[in-house]
Amino acid sequence: MSLELFLIVAAALFCVGLFGALTQQSIVMLMMGLELMLGGVILAAGAAWHYIAPATADGQVLIVVAITAMAVEMAIGFAVVTALFRSREIDMTDMAAELRE
Amino acid sequence: MTTSAFWVLAVLAVASGVMVFRFDSMARATFSLLTALLCVGGELIVLGLDYLGIVTVLMMTIEMAIMAVFMIMFMMNPAGLTPMTMVHNKRGAAAVCALSFVLLLVGILLAPWPRRSGRPPVDPTMDLGLSLMGPQMLTMMTLGMALFATIVATVVLSTQRGRYDRYGDRLQDPRPDDPVRGGVGR
Repeated sequence: MSLELFLIVAAALFCVGLFGALTQQSIVMLMMGLELMLGGVILAAGAAWHYIAPATADGQVLIVVAITAMAVEMAIGFAVVTALFRSREIDMTDMAAELRE
Repeated sequence: MTTSAFWVLAVLAVASGVMVFRFDSMARATFSLLTALLCVGGELIVLGLDYLGIVTVLMMTIEMAIMAVFMIMFMMNPAGLTPMTMVHNKRGAAAVCALSFVLLLVGILLAPWPRRSGRPPVDPTMDLGLSLMGPQMLTMMTLGMALFATIVATVVLSTQRGRYDRYGDRLQDPRPDDPVRGGVGR
């Protein structure tokens, strides 16, 4: 095992998540893509800590930040979906395009 | 043993990640994502980060359970009984993702990664705790405020009654029209 192997797995997870975030029309499925991308970031941070600077806790702190971002993203995402659905019965990204205006 | 665990978890994580966007059933997609994220937690444990690995596993299990409920609430085909696609610009997105992966791969393989400095501490969890309560205290406080703001924002967004319901269409009412009285001075 090496840093490169872990980073390749992390990159694969990130890119699969990116595909989901770019293609999915359902807002909840889009959020699943974002979760997968953050999973890749967590793995890359863990590998960087272990293979580059294990003596300091900076890599671990980055993982804590990414895990918090995952929790916040999910909570706010579901709240936004709930608010959108209540006001206009929208649960698809294409139907919420008027938010840009 | 560790190498075998790495490969099994890595293959399972990527395969489950791909299956998230291939399943018709929303429940299956959620549990596929859970499998991918549990494998990420397992990889952290392989790296020696036991505490963060277990936190990831526990958090993702609960998070995906909640997500499954939301999926079934909002999706029209939660059980996957009828085939359907809910995607747009699949080819463009696939090209962007393939290009991103190739770029990342080139960067990973060609970058001059620094040599390992220092050794892992005997107890990485204590190291993390001392860091968060010491030099990284500002990070911890920022995360705390972000979580608190999230609690307030989710309650505000999820509640059905807005300020127009409470204060009238032109916000002209001196007192809010709440179904239950309460608060300071009321």
